[in-house]
Amino acid sequence: MSEKDILSHELVSEHKILTKNESQKILSQLNVKPDRLPKMRDTDPVVEIIGAKVGDIVEITRDSPTAGKTKYYRVVIPE
Amino acid sequence: MSKIKEIRFKMISPEIIRKLSVMPVVTSEVYGPDAYPIDGGVMDPKLGIIDPGMRCQTCGGRIGECTGHFGHIEFARPVLNILYLPQIRLILTYTCHKCGALLADKTKLEQGIAPKKLKVMTTCPDCGAKQGKIKLEKPSTFVRDKHPLTPVEIREHFEKISDETANLIGIKGGRPEWFILTLLLVPPVTARPSITLESGDRSEDDLTHKLVDIIRINHRLADNLEIGAPDFIIEDLWELLQYHVTTYFNNEISSIPPARHRSGRSLKTLAQRLKSKDGRFRHNLTGKRVNYCARTVVSPDPNISLNDVGVPELVAKELTVPIKVTKNNINELKAHIKNGPDTHPGANYVTRPDGIRKKVINENKESILEELAPGHIVERHLIDGDITIFNRQPSLHRMSVMAHYAKIMPHKTFRLNLCVCKPYNADFDGDEMNLHVLQTAEARAEAEQLMLVEKNIRSPRFGGPIMGCDQDYISGAYQLTKIGTTFTKQQTAQILINADIIADLKKDTYTGKEIFSFAIPKGINLEYKANTCRKCETCKKKECEHDAYVIIEDGELKKGVIDTNSIAAFKGRIIDTIDMEKGHSQARLFLDQITKIITRTMMKQGFSISLDNLDTDKTTRTNIEKAIDKQLEVIEKQIEDYKKGKIDVSPGRTPEEALEDMIMIELWKITNMTQQIIDKTVDETNSAIIMARTGARGSIQNLAYMSGLVGQETIRGRRIFRGYTGRTLSHFKKGDLSPTSHGFVRSSFQKGIDPIEFFFEVMKGREGIMDSSLKTRVSGYMQRRLVSALQDIKVGEDYHVRDSSGTIIQFVPGEDCVDPAKSDRGYLDKQIMTKH
Repeated sequence: MSEKDILSHELVSEHKILTKNESQKILSQLNVKPDRLPKMRDTDPVVEIIGAKVGDIVEITRDSPTAGKTKYYRVVIPE
Repeated sequence: MSKIKEIRFKMISPEIIRKLSVMPVVTSEVYGPDAYPIDGGVMDPKLGIIDPGMRCQTCGGRIGECTGHFGHIEFARPVLNILYLPQIRLILTYTCHKCGALLADKTKLEQGIAPKKLKVMTTCPDCGAKQGKIKLEKPSTFVRDKHPLTPVEIREHFEKISDETANLIGIKGGRPEWFILTLLLVPPVTARPSITLESGDRSEDDLTHKLVDIIRINHRLADNLEIGAPDFIIEDLWELLQYHVTTYFNNEISSIPPARHRSGRSLKTLAQRLKSKDGRFRHNLTGKRVNYCARTVVSPDPNISLNDVGVPELVAKELTVPIKVTKNNINELKAHIKNGPDTHPGANYVTRPDGIRKKVINENKESILEELAPGHIVERHLIDGDITIFNRQPSLHRMSVMAHYAKIMPHKTFRLNLCVCKPYNADFDGDEMNLHVLQTAEARAEAEQLMLVEKNIRSPRFGGPIMGCDQDYISGAYQLTKIGTTFTKQQTAQILINADIIADLKKDTYTGKEIFSFAIPKGINLEYKANTCRKCETCKKKECEHDAYVIIEDGELKKGVIDTNSIAAFKGRIIDTIDMEKGHSQARLFLDQITKIITRTMMKQGFSISLDNLDTDKTTRTNIEKAIDKQLEVIEKQIEDYKKGKIDVSPGRTPEEALEDMIMIELWKITNMTQQIIDKTVDETNSAIIMARTGARGSIQNLAYMSGLVGQETIRGRRIFRGYTGRTLSHFKKGDLSPTSHGFVRSSFQKGIDPIEFFFEVMKGREGIMDSSLKTRVSGYMQRRLVSALQDIKVGEDYHVRDSSGTIIQFVPGEDCVDPAKSDRGYLDKQIMTKH
């Protein structure tokens, strides 16, 4: 399995790196500081592939059996 | 007030022990001939006071004022502290015994790499001394190159180690030599109080016993050292001292036999006081005891409401509710006080505004009545309608603790409505339950709003009703609502008045469906298949000939019979719909009313099961026999094919496995065919089949076991192969593959099973018992771990799910923001739900 393949796997949700502006907007919308967000390691396979840097906020769109699609935000932290 | 910033745990040093200690404990004698504690003994009054009336000789405090003082024992020879064994081993291996220098790569340790991962140098880099190999000989002797090390040697070695080296190895908060004890801190008497038995004898605490042992051996060791006894005697005593000190710290070390009491019970020493379920943490700190609670056996009462709990008068007189006297309720409360503490709606205590609390007794109730005024607080007995919290252990889900209205009743058991058995998982074979009486208005309001039984009908586990009718209520409802049940006007009136339904009866006769409809609220419209549905190929719906298609229009049961799918827990559509559309209290009322209607009709009609229900006619019997014989022949042929080697083997299986698979399939067909034959031929009015089809109790499978055949007994999903080599029992030939020799039971329970079949049946039964006992244990521990992991996660006001540190776990609870306990099976697509 090549590295790119894991993104197309059905169990891997859609990951998107937020821009500075989008991050600010989301943080103010949620009224939280970045250190209160759920974390993800910079060694996470998906993070490595999409090229997110430490401090970036990654938006994950997940499938949910009851809610259709849900948004989840994780901040990248160093290993 | 100053704030605690941090707590640091350190090793205790000999200097601190000396500072803490108020006296050396020197004698192993405890009490003198006058039964007074001996000076210098472990119960010396300088160490604290446990007898009332005495004063502490150190601080002069009385019992309760003086928390006790530490003493100390000076060892004749040092011993190892068993709890630090791993650390001692680490230092011995990683430092030079000549100069105390580090024997590992310093830079790597500075990087934070654990010393265990590093290589040990064989010669000291500082002094060049050769290093021996350190081995631990259980329980507590270290050996360097076959030469056993005494604690004295180890201590001398440790004294040479610099603070910096110790720190690098990971020894923080003290000197390494403190791991070897030269002094022992003796805890105050208050930490190990002795108990005076009824006979007047004193029984000492386990710790005291242990301390006496230590002092006695220490004394002997000291004496022998003084007279210059031979080495082997000294060594033996030293080892014995080490044993006593070790068991004083922890009496459950695997390589050491536990120190025992005279009775053979092992002693509860320091580690045992703290550890596990009965230790200080889980028993005393995490678990607390409460007041205002009661516990007794539960028994059923079909006449009380789902929201009620029957409380024995005896309990009601003991449990009280504090009520503040106002000018509005003063007369009411005066009546309570007039009754005194022994007559039921009485009162036990009155607290005046100045804080003086008086017990109400028959002698002083007149004087209390005179001074009673608004502002006083009366602790009156529990009365009908008081809100209480009821619980049955194990409390596995939130419906294990619910609020009930008290209903005072005679006799000595708690009474509960039968529909509420399911969430509590209660039955009446001796189950006991707990009752708590709430003491503040806030608690009462909260309990009533959140915990009341009717508000918990819908389970948060699956979003459906968890309460509902069971067993006889189901078969009763079927008997009531099936076609052909009619009652006269008088009978109908009796049934309805029992259920507190007031109706204008205009007709002369009423059908069961009409009577049932009285309980369904107006405005309920439903259409669904009943449990009795035969699953015909094309559903005729309204024209169903089995009356298994339920139609309810505006609260009228038009068609269909009522069974599990209508009123039972989990499946009950009617309960579900009423709870959603008409609210919790209507759902509760519905359950209260139908259960009463059903009990009343069952009293008139009756419903029972007998051996006759299991009889099968001759043709059915021969049909079953034929089916069995046919399948057995098939299997016989398969076995023959296997022996000839002509069997089809699927990839990855051995021929043996393939044969087993095929035999299992054929055997399974026998059970299936028997079930079908019985299902088809049994009389509609057969009680057993009614129970099975309505879902009240039992299944067609159970019926087939009783009147058809028991079939193949399996262990771990396979035929039975246990027993002797090559055969299950000595009655069979080795290598016999026939169904009979591997647990096939041809007989039915009604006919009776032969000894060999019985043996196989019992093997299967044992498996079942092992499974269930194992499952409860495993799932109980699983539950505990989950609870510990999730207990402080909560949904905040901003709807974010956070843990105790404030880190977000979920942005939207459950990703959909739906409270499953207020949902329709997990979904919210019904408009109706938003109304409530």
